[in-house]
Amino acid sequence: MRALKMASVLALAVLMLPLSAFGGETIKVAILAPLSGPVPTFGVMTRDGALLAIEEWNAKGGVLGKKITPVVEDSQCTPDPAVNAANKVIDQDKVRYIIGEVCSKASIPVSEIANSKKVIQISPTSTNPDVTVGRDGKAKDYIFRACFIDPFQGTVGAKFALGTLKAKTAFIMLDQANDYVKGLAEFFEKAFTAEGGKIVGKETYTAKDTDFSAILSKVAAAKPDIIYLPDYYNIVNLVAKQAKEKGIKAPFMGGDGWDSSDLDLKAAEGGYFTNHYSPEDTRPEVKNLVKAFGAKYKDDKGQPKVPDALAALAYDATNLLLQGIKTAGADDTTKVKNALVKISFNGVSGKITFDANHNPVKSATILAVKGGKVKFNSVVNP
Amino acid sequence: MPEVSAPQPSAAPTRRPGARMAWIGQGFLLLLALLALFILVRDLIQDPLLFVQIVISGLQLGFVYALIALGYTMVYGIVKLINFAHGDVFMVGSFVSFYAVTRFQLHVWPAALFPTLPRGWVVVIGSLTVMLLSMVTCVALAVTIERVAYKPLRDAPRIAALITAIGVSFFLEFFGALNFVFSPRFIPYQRPFEVVTLYIKDGIHILAEGTAPPDGSITFSNIFVIIVAASVLMQVVLQFLVRRTKIGKAMRATSFDKPTARLMGINVDRVISFTFAVGAAFAGLGGVLYAIAYPSIWSQLGILPGLKAFVAAVLGGIGSIPGAFVGALIMGQVEALTMGYISTPMRDAVAFTVLIIVLLVRPTGIFGEPEKEKA
Repeated sequence: MRALKMASVLALAVLMLPLSAFGGETIKVAILAPLSGPVPTFGVMTRDGALLAIEEWNAKGGVLGKKITPVVEDSQCTPDPAVNAANKVIDQDKVRYIIGEVCSKASIPVSEIANSKKVIQISPTSTNPDVTVGRDGKAKDYIFRACFIDPFQGTVGAKFALGTLKAKTAFIMLDQANDYVKGLAEFFEKAFTAEGGKIVGKETYTAKDTDFSAILSKVAAAKPDIIYLPDYYNIVNLVAKQAKEKGIKAPFMGGDGWDSSDLDLKAAEGGYFTNHYSPEDTRPEVKNLVKAFGAKYKDDKGQPKVPDALAALAYDATNLLLQGIKTAGADDTTKVKNALVKISFNGVSGKITFDANHNPVKSATILAVKGGKVKFNSVVNP
Repeated sequence: MPEVSAPQPSAAPTRRPGARMAWIGQGFLLLLALLALFILVRDLIQDPLLFVQIVISGLQLGFVYALIALGYTMVYGIVKLINFAHGDVFMVGSFVSFYAVTRFQLHVWPAALFPTLPRGWVVVIGSLTVMLLSMVTCVALAVTIERVAYKPLRDAPRIAALITAIGVSFFLEFFGALNFVFSPRFIPYQRPFEVVTLYIKDGIHILAEGTAPPDGSITFSNIFVIIVAASVLMQVVLQFLVRRTKIGKAMRATSFDKPTARLMGINVDRVISFTFAVGAAFAGLGGVLYAIAYPSIWSQLGILPGLKAFVAAVLGGIGSIPGAFVGALIMGQVEALTMGYISTPMRDAVAFTVLIIVLLVRPTGIFGEPEKEKA
């Protein structure tokens, strides 16, 4: 009896195999998103953004006349589950295109597998340079990303400070032990001085500091036009508050580390930060996404969901991939990657082209803290 | 750490035979001091305003350290124990005030009860209530710690109590880091009252919000004034307590000779508990003021201020109350000047270098005559 049961299960499994193999007329795209683990909200937004893009393409008749089938896997923002998920979709589901992962530490091991098996991977949001660049210092052929890497925000920030804010002098505050902060500060300084700006002071602190009065005394003495503070929101809260109390009027500027609901809007009032995208942007691409996303997904209260940067970048990454397949004219990863290298794509998060390291060259969004709210300010091109 | 806990007064003056080379060390320290002096004078001449501004931020820091250092030095004076959990009691103090303000709106209770009360009084009474609550909670916590962790070890070797103190410290830090306690994150602190910035230029003026002070003015805040006032007041209260009251006399007696004090009918355990309580009350107040001045709190907030207050106590001469006060003010200046003229990340390194130098050169500290000055 037991053997019979076993046999029938096996038979069923064998029957299932060709069924899934019948999907020859579809193109499978795997979405590796951290649906559980430390950042499940990132995962849900990423999955939803990617699925929306696939749905829109299918509504237009798919790509190369074939329907697109999404394969969603939970990769948990952690190396091991991400690698297992990647192996599963590549070996078992025969997927040759991957959107994901969100977290750099998961994207890097996945990229090793994908690249060696000639599977195209586009990470929507992993900012670590090693995602697309191998140990030999050369770009991994089949790996791309849809977001700009961190230091690029420094360059854009400097451009905005010089151009829009008409700043001539800047004061940089940085945590030397934090690579993210260091990278942004370095690129800001380079771009700011290259275009005629002057750095009137540069002071370091540590992540555990709470007393910034000595640094701020120097800021007050140096009278800069802007203060560049590309740290996370908790440091920004403290520094900006103490600066206001010292009567320092120069605005603060930073990067996407400011992007948090915990940012002290009163303290950061008058400040600006660079980010990937804003739902308040008025470009048609953004408006369309916000509309379509809100129509498809509702929050707990039944209200339309607003796509955040993760959803927007996942949407862009998926569109980039499908556009790449379309341009290549064949379901062949080598041809697709050659098409992607030369692509010029108008995405939600800006016009995207790729540099030699497969990092996108694209515009960044500037957000302003004004009237106790974070508001869209402008889009700055590199 | 054990070396720190027992600065033997006899260690400094007696020279070992090999100490003839000591002039190298002394010369090096002298050079270091001259260099520091040179840098300070140069900076003072270069930009006196900035210098004054940095000294003010150092004073603010120093007066907070003084509040914590008093607890270290008093407990050491009585039971010869470096109470490393003291910094964490300080942390609990700031969290208690945070919850009192955010959860229970304790800082505006007079307005809820007496709606006619003028706004100024509401703020003053409300803020004082918040501080008082923090102090009381810290007292309860410190007395509990003393009963549970230190009292059973009173006759054990001193190193046992010291290690227990470190254990209690870690417990408070990591228990506080649990999500349902204080959470491991940095929390933006909500102040019981608003910060008003003042500036000095032809008299003292209030700086209107969103404006910059005029050139050549020196700014400070109401918090600075409150910290200085509170710290000085506490110092005076403590001096009175120790010198003029009966329990103060009992404290001095216990510190001088515990068995004899017990024979004279002093309830030594009660005196020790009282000492812990007073120290914790100061730490609680310090915690509130520190959080108001530097408004971001987390469960490990107490470690560094605690250790620096400890350095201050050693610098002033551990066991000596005026010593702790003076030591704390010096530590505040050392840190602020380091932040101002060397770099901010160097502040901790320099602060602990002071500890090493003090232990090498004068382990008894500035006011260090432990046989006489004990409180």
